[in-house]
Amino acid sequence: MALKDSSEAIFSESPGKIALRILRKDKRSIISLSILGVIVFLSFMAPVFSHFIADTNPFESTLNATINVHGVETAVLQPSTTGLGLGVTPIGPTWNIRSYFLGADGQGRDVMARLLYGGRSTLIIGTTAGLLCIFFSLLIGIVAGYRRGWIDAVLSRILDIIWAFPVYLLAISLSVVLLTSGLTIGFIHLGPGSFALPILIIGVVYIPYVARPIRAQVLALREREFVRAAVGSGAKHSTIIFREILPNVMPSVIVFIPIIVSLSMLTESALSFLSIGVQPPAASWGTIINDGLALLYTRPIVGLAPGLMIVFTAAALNLYGDAVRDALDPKTRARGD
Amino acid sequence: MSNSKVILSINSLSKNYELGSAFSRGKDVVHAVEDINLEIVEGETLGIVGESGCGKSTLGRMIVRLEEPTTGEIIFEGEDLAKLSNKNLRSVRKRLQMIFQDPYASLNPRRQIGKIVEEPLRIHGVGKQEREKIAKDLLRRVGLDLEAYEKYPHEFSGGQRQRIVIARALALNPRLVVADEPVSALDVSIQAQVLNLFKDLQKEFNLTYIFIAHDLGVVRHVSDRIAVMYLGKLVELAPADDLYDAPAHPYTKALLSANPRMNSDDTSERIILKGDIPNPINRPSGCVFNPRCPKVQEICKSESPALIQIGNRKVACHFPEN
Repeated sequence: MALKDSSEAIFSESPGKIALRILRKDKRSIISLSILGVIVFLSFMAPVFSHFIADTNPFESTLNATINVHGVETAVLQPSTTGLGLGVTPIGPTWNIRSYFLGADGQGRDVMARLLYGGRSTLIIGTTAGLLCIFFSLLIGIVAGYRRGWIDAVLSRILDIIWAFPVYLLAISLSVVLLTSGLTIGFIHLGPGSFALPILIIGVVYIPYVARPIRAQVLALREREFVRAAVGSGAKHSTIIFREILPNVMPSVIVFIPIIVSLSMLTESALSFLSIGVQPPAASWGTIINDGLALLYTRPIVGLAPGLMIVFTAAALNLYGDAVRDALDPKTRARGD
Repeated sequence: MSNSKVILSINSLSKNYELGSAFSRGKDVVHAVEDINLEIVEGETLGIVGESGCGKSTLGRMIVRLEEPTTGEIIFEGEDLAKLSNKNLRSVRKRLQMIFQDPYASLNPRRQIGKIVEEPLRIHGVGKQEREKIAKDLLRRVGLDLEAYEKYPHEFSGGQRQRIVIARALALNPRLVVADEPVSALDVSIQAQVLNLFKDLQKEFNLTYIFIAHDLGVVRHVSDRIAVMYLGKLVELAPADDLYDAPAHPYTKALLSANPRMNSDDTSERIILKGDIPNPINRPSGCVFNPRCPKVQEICKSESPALIQIGNRKVACHFPEN
């Protein structure tokens, strides 16, 4: 009996497993997942940080506090005659993790603590909104592409209407209207300060961008011969959708997830920057940039820190999205492995 | 053949496609298949040939009801498929299977071969152990290793994939199999193997085939009778050898003469048809073949010839050969 080459795969791999194996070896995915892991971990440690380490309440103004910096008692907010209109200059970074590591903002709050809390809001809203968007896009895309006819016509026109507005214009208009009144859907009332409002708004505005490609793919898959073979064997609609179509749409859906989550986070930050996203005193990276705007010349770190966080997170998500796309695309699968 | 049982009879079957958007519907009509009458006898292989776009695939898809007929009847073992509701169609589909041209598109890339072959059985409520037994038996029968059961489609070549497709089509033990160009996508060396598999399985499972193809050599190899289609119409129907030895319709004659010849002694004249197939939206009046027919007469331009019996064949031509 000849010896079998040990590197030869004995068990067959599903296309999904092959993609995962490629992804696991991809440096881009390792780097981006590490960056994301650190950011997510720190952000969700925010309450621990503010309570046990920095001992600060990031949601309350502390206008008259003083702290000890290198043995010198210093006011957190110092009166100032220069700079832009606030009349005070907050303390700069102390580089002491126990207090005002990145300095204070215009209301004397610890920027580091707010940065972590802000990351938590931005990540939660971005991820939830992105997944919400993907879920509804998948639903709409499959129903429209599979049923075709007038159902497709109606759903496609609705998507067209949403698509006709620039994303930010639509998001801003919806936010302005809904933030003053809140939103009531049946028994559920979403108050003006609720996180659910930005999630819903951001989730909705990106639906056409995902639903349309999915619909197109379903339309094409429906004509594929393996789907016809299932029809020809008398398969029910649910069988065809869940066993034949959905597994073949999932790769593109998976590729969409990091991209849409990153777009949702950027949109959330933009809305919060414009004061129509996360409402104070809650923080998000967008609101902190807004706080930092007035301090741009004296304490640029306040605006810069959340800005850099957004850049790193979005870049990592997009890098990961690229790696996932390459791993799932059978055309690049020939790469030596 | 007269004493054999007719398994499928097609009566005045037509399929029209209306072109245009929702606002201009009904302006242009494509007559993909027009007024086809055919009878298929149990155990035979009926070949259907014709150029691309002649409606042969549409006809095949209508027989397995993947396409709704516009008018006409498809009587399969006593039931009119054209009138059956989707619900009642399910039980008929067990006895009626289709094999497609492209073996690469015919298998769901995300499912294991075993699951693919078992799927029709699962749909019709066969238990898990029974399914596995049938599927493994079929895979062996079509000439694949048992290892194939757990593999994925991307690990197989075109010929192997087509064997898997055949195994799937046979899973429900059908009576009639419509094969739409089942070997056109395969290498010539593989074609012969797959065609022989078709023949072996026919004997073993007592199958009736409708074999759609554009390759005349392939069709002759497998068919008992051959139907020639042109622009959605049946122009000639004859036993395979008779059709090849003495084609009666001028189109059949031209089609056969276009077949590449292996024998250099064969110096028979090659008939080159004028022009292209006419647009199926604005079809010629009278005989649809008249603009390209080498022996066209006045009557051909005004009157459509009926399909008439001449000896053991049927021809739709005012001036058949011989």
